[in-house]
Amino acid sequence: MDPIEPLIQIRGLDYSINGRSIFKNLDIDVPSGKVTAFMGPSGTGKTTLLRLITGQLFADRGTVIVDGQDVTSLSTDGIYRLRRRMGMLFQNGALLTDIDVFENVAFPLREHTRLPERLLRQLVLMKLQAVGLRGAAELMPAELSGGMSRRVALARAIVMDPQILIYDEPFVGLDPISMGVVLRLIRHLNDVMGLTSIVVSHDVKEISAVADLSYLLSGGGVAAKGTPRELHDNPSEIVHQFMGGLADGPVPFHYPAPDYYESLLARGRGR
Amino acid sequence: MKLFGDLWASFILALSNLGSQCRFLMLLVWRTPRALLRFQLISDQVYNSGALSLVIIMLSGLFVGMVLALQGFTLLQRFGSESALGTAAALGLVKELGPVITALLFAGRAGTALASEIGLMRATDQLSAMEMMAVDPIRRVVVPRFIGGIIAMPLLSVVFCMIGIFGAQLVGVQIMGVDQGSFWSQMRAAVELKDITEGIVKSMAFGVACSLIAVYAGYHAVPTAEGVGRATTRTVVTSAVVTLFLDYLLTSVFL
Ligand SMILES: Nc1ncnc2c1ncn2[C@@H]1O[C@H](COP(=O)(O)OP(=O)(O)O)[C@@H](O)[C@H]1O
Ligand SMILES: [Mg+2]
Repeated sequence: MDPIEPLIQIRGLDYSINGRSIFKNLDIDVPSGKVTAFMGPSGTGKTTLLRLITGQLFADRGTVIVDGQDVTSLSTDGIYRLRRRMGMLFQNGALLTDIDVFENVAFPLREHTRLPERLLRQLVLMKLQAVGLRGAAELMPAELSGGMSRRVALARAIVMDPQILIYDEPFVGLDPISMGVVLRLIRHLNDVMGLTSIVVSHDVKEISAVADLSYLLSGGGVAAKGTPRELHDNPSEIVHQFMGGLADGPVPFHYPAPDYYESLLARGRGR
Repeated sequence: MKLFGDLWASFILALSNLGSQCRFLMLLVWRTPRALLRFQLISDQVYNSGALSLVIIMLSGLFVGMVLALQGFTLLQRFGSESALGTAAALGLVKELGPVITALLFAGRAGTALASEIGLMRATDQLSAMEMMAVDPIRRVVVPRFIGGIIAMPLLSVVFCMIGIFGAQLVGVQIMGVDQGSFWSQMRAAVELKDITEGIVKSMAFGVACSLIAVYAGYHAVPTAEGVGRATTRTVVTSAVVTLFLDYLLTSVFL
């Protein structure tokens, strides 16, 4: 399955928030040049995992090795240097709302380079062309639809030619057409720019169409791993529940609560 | 007993809040030199905060000056020294009312705008997105707004005082009939450099305090609509109390 050294290697990762354990002894490999998906129910810690990989959060125990460097032991400068080789797409795009689309895409270039204006303009327009939004360069973020915002954010994420591109829930709230556009962009950019992509999603059908390798996260660990085909055929109950979209199963429908009958009989808001 | 406990708890909370505000201030000062290199960002913010507050400052300055002249005139008339009206108005404005009212208005107009802007940037992941682009949001977003506020405050205060004196002149000379010549000449003779320094120092101190409170509240806002709302409210309340406290402190220093 892994012919080459994985680009990102997570070993024995423990992480907890306010004493509540999110991950326990997590092992994950992200192969170079592929599209890897992290799937799982809401609240399993997918976003948290991305923040651990990008050095926004730090593990309690274990190592997070990105391209040979251990994120957990890097200095702030080291992390900022590492991040210049990563692009990340936030759930809602996270465009800067006080500048227009062109300036949003130009932002990383203006901050990190001193390119002449002509060259900068060419670069930005090329990236906007790649996501099909060259015509929207003059618009303000508030004038964009959800799908367009995400594509602008994608143009911004690739403008520094990163090595790793990370998508957090790129399909949420998109209409089927925009979803198809984003889906194709993920595959296209990965293959054309020679990226390594990580896509977090709970949209099983969409993600299965694009991922080379999928991890199903649940209950603080990896519940299953494999190609979309392999996951589909996985006999385990939890994989079956998630892939089939069943309401109840090993992942319960009900948040833990005291006995229903007794709660109903209790007086007032008694619990 | 319970009341005492609550008071004690809120005292401890205020103290720890003060501590983290000071830490944040250190952080800002530490990153200021590199932020100063990008002067454009700072001058944009001076323009933003200044332009936001300018109209309200000018209007308030005018009315405060006019009221000051009315009150001052009736008071001074009792002692037969109406001609000192110019001095009284100018000293009151330059040393006290100018810096203080400017700071209160600045907190209500520009301070709340700063807090909600930064808070919304946090709530919509814009600050995280900057971090992911290897851009330090404190240096890029917070410090320019902080410095911009510090520069804007004394300028606004000067505007307030000038318009206030004009308003006092309007009422005192044009309406109440104080002699125009003595109004100006007594003012020029009595207002010393020390008084002007006091006004400038005060408004710079208020500028640091109000800007710090605003950017701190915004940067540490709970990233929800409610959290941003609470941050703006806290900006106004805290700024007002801190301004008046600092005013007392500085006045006693300058005595
Ligand atoms: N800042 C935080 N404080 C407390 N709990 C948090 C915080 N961030 C995330 N969590 C909790 O951690 C868990 C994982 O969150 P997240 O990584 O956002 O999940 P996902 O992205 O998979 O939906 C959630 O149960 C959430 O409640
Ligand atoms: Mg998430």
